[in-house]
Amino acid sequence: MFHRTKTLAAAVATSTLLGSSLFAGELVINTDTSDPAPKAAFEALIAGFEAENPDVKVTWNLFDHEGYKTSIRNFLTADAPDLANWYAGNRMLPYVNAGLFEPVDDVWAEHGLNESLASAKGSMTIDGKIWGVPYTYYQWGVYYRKDLFEANNIAVPTNWDEFKAAGATLTAAGITPVTIGTKYLWTAGGVFDYLNLRTNGYDFHMALTKGEVAWTDDRVRATMANWKELIDAGFFLENHAAYSWQEALAPMVQGDAAMYVMGNFAVAPLREAGLTDDQIGFFQFPVINPDVPLAEEAPTDTIHIPANAKNKEDAKKFLAYLARADVQTQINDTLGQLPINSGSSVGDDKFLQAGYEMLSSTTGGIAQFFDRDAPAEMAKAGMEGFQEFMVKPERLDAILERLEKVRGRVYK
Amino acid sequence: MKTYWKKNQQRLAPWLFLAPGIAMFAIYVIIPIFQSMSISLYAWDGLGEKEYVGLSNYVELMDDDAFYTSLKNNVIWLVLYMLAIPAGLFVALFLNQTVRGIRIYKSLFFFPFVISQVVVGLVFSWFYDPNFGLLNIALQAIGFDPIAVLADEDWVTYGIIAAGLWPQTAYCMILYLTGLNAVDPEQIEAARLDNAKGFKMLWYVVLPQLKPATFIAMVVTVIGALRSFDLISIMTDGGPWGSSRVLAFYMYEQAFSEYGFRMGYGAAIAVVLFLIMMVYITAFLVKMYRDERGL
Repeated sequence: MFHRTKTLAAAVATSTLLGSSLFAGELVINTDTSDPAPKAAFEALIAGFEAENPDVKVTWNLFDHEGYKTSIRNFLTADAPDLANWYAGNRMLPYVNAGLFEPVDDVWAEHGLNESLASAKGSMTIDGKIWGVPYTYYQWGVYYRKDLFEANNIAVPTNWDEFKAAGATLTAAGITPVTIGTKYLWTAGGVFDYLNLRTNGYDFHMALTKGEVAWTDDRVRATMANWKELIDAGFFLENHAAYSWQEALAPMVQGDAAMYVMGNFAVAPLREAGLTDDQIGFFQFPVINPDVPLAEEAPTDTIHIPANAKNKEDAKKFLAYLARADVQTQINDTLGQLPINSGSSVGDDKFLQAGYEMLSSTTGGIAQFFDRDAPAEMAKAGMEGFQEFMVKPERLDAILERLEKVRGRVYK
Repeated sequence: MKTYWKKNQQRLAPWLFLAPGIAMFAIYVIIPIFQSMSISLYAWDGLGEKEYVGLSNYVELMDDDAFYTSLKNNVIWLVLYMLAIPAGLFVALFLNQTVRGIRIYKSLFFFPFVISQVVVGLVFSWFYDPNFGLLNIALQAIGFDPIAVLADEDWVTYGIIAAGLWPQTAYCMILYLTGLNAVDPEQIEAARLDNAKGFKMLWYVVLPQLKPATFIAMVVTVIGALRSFDLISIMTDGGPWGSSRVLAFYMYEQAFSEYGFRMGYGAAIAVVLFLIMMVYITAFLVKMYRDERGL
């Protein structure tokens, strides 16, 4: 299931050479960063940490994504590592509530993280305590085929009417405006989030995902009405329920679809599929209600200390190292994502620059994502409802009532 | 002590031999059944404290549309999966001849049962793909509109069952092929003399002799239908919007998936699934018992 990476023999050797007075601590890290770029980033991160702390021997257990989501529950209770990666927001709530994560307020205070990581502090705080250290995030928005827009004389839409007009032009040219694959549901959550953030704003998004607002509320209906406009105009890829998000990239690569509401991780596969940077562009999701301040989605990835960790002292050293500006610059260069530390510099990549510019000027608030802000059960039911709505918009009432029923049960 | 052993040796020996099996069966089957029943009375996320909630998981189940969808799909699976038996018989009869290279054909027909269900699921996902899938290319060639089988709530379950029938038919075929080897040639000869042929020969002479094969085929097919899980997970992940779920998949989703971890609710679904299987298992045991006593 997972491979134990070679513990660096050099570190052991050094600590032995320096004499027995030095305590050779073992630091166990579990992560699911098994894709090529995240894996390389963590390799460099761990090597860097070991070079600075020769007395600490790091053991790194690498899991695959899907397996990790189940394993983390087991290893946090049974055989806790000293550090584990996870996600900010409501996603960490079950572990915080179960007392499985260690609060790290002292690390934040001691190393000035309250200033340098200020932007992510809110999403790391539960019950007034800080539960981990964020190290990367990435923007969401609309990725589009620049060449197709130019060929059809479409300017980048900045408001709802322009967006709909752009879609109409594309449809007339035989191009699907927005590609999407909803087989695994969360992509539909992204579209809903943006429509909702633009229609009702960040505070409403948070209230809704916290269960404070009824799903049958008129403001939810307003969001859905906007969504229905797009569905009725044939905005979305046909049969999207049959595709995963990767499969839905194909129409965009082939030029049959022009836009994708996605996170920045979509850029890499688009490039690999042969599109050049002249063909791919990025724009902020257009304004729907001009009175609502623009809020964005930018999910944050984090590292935590399990409450049952054996070597918390070195784990805190590692967190402090991870939070440093130069380390975050380096790790995010490899990841192709954005650093949290305000002192870090952002890579030259044009999408990173665009995302950084957009997020650092965001005034409305930064949301994690529908399935990270809402509790798991609500998220699942919600996204299933969104998928159904995208295919059968006439069932809106039944869907909202079903979600309301789930809300009544989930938030007690 | 020794005399006790000598006196009761005949009575004790079978139990001693059975003991390892009984212990395993108890630990891995019997005890977990009762554990599931007990967990189904709690609200538990697998991490924190269990909270006793009585029968409220079951009450919720009765009011859960997703549960009824899964139950309905389970029934569809049970009924349509039975098609594997006549289909398997047909293929077996067809292959039961002595032609040069027949063994190669037999192995080719058996092939789908050998490959993993995951591979079967992937192959059929591509077959159904609305853009480049063979099915839709064929449909369009004869003038029909393409159907996105796996994205359509009315078609999706049938689409997955069709994929499941492919390996299941192969399984039934192999059972019947073995059965056909055991058919008494003298009886066939006698029937020929009495001028029996075609369907009558099959129905009155061959099929009765295949009764044990039919029985086993039915058992494995019912079990296969009730534990259908991998194909659904691979082909649709329960979707679109949960319309291809069956009870086993719904239970997994509630208890173990990314958005689940409602152990109590999952256990309640498991108990319902167990009760459904129990009806069938009881019928099976009664029949076995009667057969053995020659009733």
